[in-house]
Amino acid sequence: MKLSPSWISDFVDLPVDFARLADELTLSGVAVEGISGEGDNTVFEMEITTNRPDAMNHYGVAREASALYDVPLKPLDIKLPSFQGKSDITIDIQDPELCPRFTAREIRGVTIKPSPSNIANRLQLLGHKAINNAVDATNYVLWESGKPTHVFDLDLLEGRKLIIRKARSGERLKTLDGVERELSTEDLVVADAAKPVGLAGVMGGFDTMITEKTKNILIESAWWDPVTVRRMSKRHGIHTDASHRFERGADFESTVPSTNRVAQLILASGGGALIGEAIDVIARKIDLAPVEVDLREVRRVLGEKLNALEVMRILTRLGFPVLAGREESYLVHIPSWRLDVEREIDVIEEIARLHGYDKFASTLPPYSGEVRELPDAEKNDRTRSSLLALGYNETISLTFISKEDARLFSTSSELDLENPLSEEASAMRTSLVPGMLDMLAYNLHRSCDSVRLFESGNVFEASGAKALQSKSIALGLTGKIDDALTAGLAAGAASRQLSFFDLKGDVETMLAPFSHWTLYYDSQAPAYFHPGRSARAILDGTTVAQFGQIHPQIAEERKLKQEVFVAEIFLDRLYQHDLRQILYEPLPRFPAVERDFSFVFDDDVRFEKIYASVFGLSILELRSFVPVEIFRGEKVGAGKYSLLLRATLQSDVRTLRDDEVALWAEKITVALNALGGVRRA
Amino acid sequence: MAYSVRKLTDFSAPSLDAASSELASALSQASAGIQSEAEFKIFRDYWMGRKGGVLTHLNDLWLKASPGPNKRDVGQRVNELKKKVEQAVESTLARIQTGESAGKLAAESLDITLPGIRRPIGAEHPVIKTMNEIVRVFRNLGYSIEEGPEIETDFYNFESLNFPPNHPARDTQDTIFIAGQDSKPQRDRLLLRTHTSPVQIRTMQKMKPPVRVVCPGKVHRNDAADATHSPVFHQVEGLAVDTNITFCDLKGTVDHAMKALFGSSVKTRFYPSFFPFTEPSADVQISCIFCDGKGVRDGGPCRNCKASGWIELLGCGMVDPNVYGFVDYDAAKISGFAFGMGVERIAILKYGVDDIQLFYHGDVRFLEQFS
Repeated sequence: MKLSPSWISDFVDLPVDFARLADELTLSGVAVEGISGEGDNTVFEMEITTNRPDAMNHYGVAREASALYDVPLKPLDIKLPSFQGKSDITIDIQDPELCPRFTAREIRGVTIKPSPSNIANRLQLLGHKAINNAVDATNYVLWESGKPTHVFDLDLLEGRKLIIRKARSGERLKTLDGVERELSTEDLVVADAAKPVGLAGVMGGFDTMITEKTKNILIESAWWDPVTVRRMSKRHGIHTDASHRFERGADFESTVPSTNRVAQLILASGGGALIGEAIDVIARKIDLAPVEVDLREVRRVLGEKLNALEVMRILTRLGFPVLAGREESYLVHIPSWRLDVEREIDVIEEIARLHGYDKFASTLPPYSGEVRELPDAEKNDRTRSSLLALGYNETISLTFISKEDARLFSTSSELDLENPLSEEASAMRTSLVPGMLDMLAYNLHRSCDSVRLFESGNVFEASGAKALQSKSIALGLTGKIDDALTAGLAAGAASRQLSFFDLKGDVETMLAPFSHWTLYYDSQAPAYFHPGRSARAILDGTTVAQFGQIHPQIAEERKLKQEVFVAEIFLDRLYQHDLRQILYEPLPRFPAVERDFSFVFDDDVRFEKIYASVFGLSILELRSFVPVEIFRGEKVGAGKYSLLLRATLQSDVRTLRDDEVALWAEKITVALNALGGVRRA
Repeated sequence: MAYSVRKLTDFSAPSLDAASSELASALSQASAGIQSEAEFKIFRDYWMGRKGGVLTHLNDLWLKASPGPNKRDVGQRVNELKKKVEQAVESTLARIQTGESAGKLAAESLDITLPGIRRPIGAEHPVIKTMNEIVRVFRNLGYSIEEGPEIETDFYNFESLNFPPNHPARDTQDTIFIAGQDSKPQRDRLLLRTHTSPVQIRTMQKMKPPVRVVCPGKVHRNDAADATHSPVFHQVEGLAVDTNITFCDLKGTVDHAMKALFGSSVKTRFYPSFFPFTEPSADVQISCIFCDGKGVRDGGPCRNCKASGWIELLGCGMVDPNVYGFVDYDAAKISGFAFGMGVERIAILKYGVDDIQLFYHGDVRFLEQFS
């Protein structure tokens, strides 16, 4: 919103220049965001908060300046010639709740023409188009004192009457913007004897507007119910300077002065005669109740010892008449333009504002309570620092995904958005995977081929009428390991493609800190994964993670040009488990013995089976049994693989003898043979 | 090892002097020539070997052979020489041990100006890092940490924060709504929270004063993405409610936090604003951290503060008594303040980022700068 400081100075003698005025208005709560132009053409870009419709005009800001600098505010200069006769226009307010007051005034014999330059220039400086002397008069008054008014071509109104009523079903109105609108029975309209001629407080009618042919004018200035105006403005999608003010609350006492001021401006430029007195119908009086303000409460909230005199002075400067009451209590009358001030606390804010926020001391309140962390803080820290240490970069992606992705990457029912930013962002994410794939693709398209990313965030699903939110974490992995090294010292730092097992290892690292009885992996991962290179991690019977290589077809659809690995860890489920309590184990005192087993197995013999069968031998001294090397190829034969396994044997109580180690090795060999394993020469 | 112990016939002092210095110089020459452990062993055995070592020879050829009157003098000299030999052997060993041989070490030397082998560690996201920093500042002031849902009801996001239905202040929030809510009463309708302020209400509903919490989290607005706007961003909200909490306490707390985040020379400036859930309300500016509040930098107007010397950073105020009505607090007995700040905005300032979108692409070229 633009205002002219030169226009403001019509109403107050400013003791400061425009730049300082801008700064000091801002500090008192009427924010000037920018200044442009020079001298009389200086323009303030204002940012007036919703609660201050009274300051959305020049006189209102002048009033602030008058309070701020304690200089007099000049009255609005409204002088009318004497009127002739009596107007027979009647006003019929059928809904006093929604239209408590309606003022009208009749002018006859006007010449419609361009506005005089002083009016047109001021409007144009602030970016408003000058139209004609009658319409400009209403705009001028709106920017001068903040009250929206309207002018009708009186000869186009039927029945010499205005009725304020709800629209009837099926009624239509072509508004000033030329749009033919279907009215709802919720709409409040100004109507003549036959038809609606204006959408109350929002926009006037096209068919009764002022034209070059207009001779006789009816001026309207009313007070409309803010909620009604707002609903109509929303319903019809029209936001006007008038609706902006009415929905925030207009000055009840301004209907007559604004009508008169419009009349004055029209008569001055277009001639004509004033017919009768203003027709002012008050259907319901809106009184702002006085507010009791206690100085002790002022101190309790503000913490500064303001004395009675200072408080009285501030309120008086603001135009709030004050009556002393009992002890430190005062009765403060609220001026009609300050609909936002209803309660003691509102008055306290006015006192603080005018006293100057910067004058208050800065103190720190004492406190002796506990400090509570989030319940999962320790688990979160652990998870996050593990991922950072593993080389994953932390990311944040958008919370919205497309409906297709929401369904493709999750079986839960998605929550759609009523007013999405785009089709691609029209559902709440049901999984972090699509966002992760987008981020991986973003990097691959920019020639960053080795990427590790993670994102921790919420995913959402509909559950009946409710929205469920659960914590999840996604890992994304692609490219080569040690790629960064080859850029520097290549020697000895072999680079290789990242694989499923790199991701699985990271998942294992993530799960390791959590206490559990059982943890196993199966192949039942969702279909967007490569069916042979994906897994689920099942911790004490609950799936806590699913991970693997993204299905090549999906990778291709998303323009991922290389193998991409993604894990999703369901933190809400994982965090059901406590962090493992660490208990020290005595260090081994006797040497360990290693034995290697080189065997060829059929492809369908999985390691899990081999492992279980060897540990099934219940050799207490068997400390570990790990695969060291896997080989496939012609030498081994189709459908088979060669596996080098290493057993570590150790006792807590003595050094192992060769003969007993040989015996265990033989037992292991037998077990491997039983799985169809054939010892390699 | 050319040296061997001479048989002495003349045991006079000058003769002994000559023989001793001959041995000493042979010893130091031999010691200096030792370059490897193998050589050292030969050297040690030659001089100290029990059978046929120089010391044994000295004993036999000098001491035992000396005539009675000279024995004392010879014995003394032999002892001295023995000490010398032992010291030489010891120091030679020490020299060998500190570095096998200069030649070998030279062969093993590296170009230490080559870059080191680095194991990449992941980078913290600048927004989350900043959010954690803000939270830490308040935790040190005794604030507990709370979180709330990202999908909220109209009640928590608006009504209980004193945004009545159909209030124009709702327009400033650019809300994204969940579809299919029309059949519900307005207060139960779901939307994406536009601020972290609902967590205030949830906190006050579950506990009585004194309350002191910070609520970090993600919020959403219906803003198309550009260099300065994102539909997703983060806020940290704070709330302190107790008996005797005043506007001065709000000022002091915010001032302290801004100094903790941006440095002790930063100044804060409070001016009136409007939020439905606080009264009085304030916007807070900090003195521009780029031009030290001067408005001028590098001889021209400071771009970061538009030459004003101030940067707007957060909103705050005393909790509006109407809010207490929604959580059954007695507004006559307690008072409190709330504040909220945008994390991205602070991260942008701290790191000089010029496009907010960089935070949400997962671009490793950007992220790794924060490693």
